[in-house]
Amino acid sequence: MEAIYALMDSVLPPEAYQFTFMKNAFLAILLLTPLLGLLGTMAVNHQMAFFSDALGHSALTGIGLGIILGLRNDLAAMLVFGIIWAVLICLIRQSGSASADTVISVFSSTSIAAGLLILARGGKFARYSSLLIGDVLAVTPSDLLYLLIALIITVLLWIWIYNALLLTSVDMSLARSRGIRTRLVETAFVVMVAVAVMLSIRWVGVMLINALLILPAAAGRNLARSTRQHACWTVGIALFSGIAGLTLAYYLDTSAGASIVLVAALCYALSLAARRFRK
Amino acid sequence: MAGHLRHSCDLCHIDVEQVSVRRGGQTLLQDVSMHIHCSQLTVLIGQNGAGKTTLIRALLGEIPSSGVIRHKDTGGRNIPHLRTGYVPQHLSFDPEMPLTVEDFLAAAFSRRPVWTGTSPKIKRKIREALTAVDAAGLEKTPLGRCSGGELQRVLLALALNPAPDLLVLDEPVSGIDRNGLRMFLDTLVRLKSSYHMAILLVSHDLRLVREYADHVVLLDKSVLAQGTPDEVFASPEFDTVFGSGAEKKEAEE
Repeated sequence: MEAIYALMDSVLPPEAYQFTFMKNAFLAILLLTPLLGLLGTMAVNHQMAFFSDALGHSALTGIGLGIILGLRNDLAAMLVFGIIWAVLICLIRQSGSASADTVISVFSSTSIAAGLLILARGGKFARYSSLLIGDVLAVTPSDLLYLLIALIITVLLWIWIYNALLLTSVDMSLARSRGIRTRLVETAFVVMVAVAVMLSIRWVGVMLINALLILPAAAGRNLARSTRQHACWTVGIALFSGIAGLTLAYYLDTSAGASIVLVAALCYALSLAARRFRK
Repeated sequence: MAGHLRHSCDLCHIDVEQVSVRRGGQTLLQDVSMHIHCSQLTVLIGQNGAGKTTLIRALLGEIPSSGVIRHKDTGGRNIPHLRTGYVPQHLSFDPEMPLTVEDFLAAAFSRRPVWTGTSPKIKRKIREALTAVDAAGLEKTPLGRCSGGELQRVLLALALNPAPDLLVLDEPVSGIDRNGLRMFLDTLVRLKSSYHMAILLVSHDLRLVREYADHVVLLDKSVLAQGTPDEVFASPEFDTVFGSGAEKKEAEE
């Protein structure tokens, strides 16, 4: 860790990054934003922006249930619940019994209500309000280690299923005719998104997590013609927004999460303009 | 059959016997029986809602059906796993998706995630696959910018790799003009003689069916008539479904 800090001292602006919490936050952003961005490229192609939003909200219920069940570890409770929730939404979507939009909306509001009901018992919600907005400045080195491990596993899985998922998002019955187990692939993807969202939520917050997943990918899509360009633009925009947002937040004394998202939103606006211009 | 082609496919014909499909109390297909022969272009015709796409989906195993679908080799033995290539009527994808034709085919031809790049070997394979269906040069075109005819060729290139025993094509109702269709059918006829495979096509253009088909099946929930184009087009069932002189009317359009 010391070696990394020393390296950062030599390249980062000294004033903002003289503090260890800023260095940790910087590293967390280096790990989180490309991970969410890459997953976002597929979420955008799969038209699942609303779905990931609902998934973020389910973190509240996850923590609530963790408390009821007496689990010490918030993260474990969120992960387990998030995965179950994601698979459930996915199954209902696949069964085609109701419009996906409606199903997701029902799940989203149910999980917010259930989470609030549990967490706000006895007026104690203030203790959990940090979940809503997140705090990337509170990241510790051991958190960073978990994030790194999660990042590696996600990238490996991502490499494993990417092509199958791409064909599935182009056309499900075509993918099936080529022997792709479309439901399995879709469910694996949804679980990956759930894990990434739950791991990030403490740092980014329920309200902003979806922006980090969707905004860079949506901006990248405006600029790209191929999947490779899409991935490169998305990761670039995600990293730029993360670092620029964090640094600006220090100098302007604003919320880090909100600053990051606003920079990403600005990138999106610029990408939209660039796309119009090119046409 | 030419000896050197035997290795690619030992299929002689596909027997479809009394296949029925029911869904939600409705009968979509009733006792459909037909044979699809290798090296022949078999064309399914019928009005909208006659069950053409349903039959295709049953043959592909996408929807449950009763009855028997058997794949026989040249010696009359059953082949357990039939390799099918499928060209759907249309794709349900978002045309704004950043995805080139090369990305699309590479995703199907290799395991390496396409966003990490495509190897020269796969690029060559894609070029060859596109050239084989007269679609060379489309590699860098975004899939959503392809015309109806171009997309159909890209899908055909995909369906032919790996080489299938049975090629199933659901022709789009719109988006391709007759000239485009004719060129596409010319490609199919060329493939029919160079590959050893059975081709099943759903078509809406009766004039072209008459010209190109080896075997025609007229469908309306069940098989009304089948045989050579001349036989089917002269049958009273054909007149009942399409009205007498349907083919002539279409030709004058």
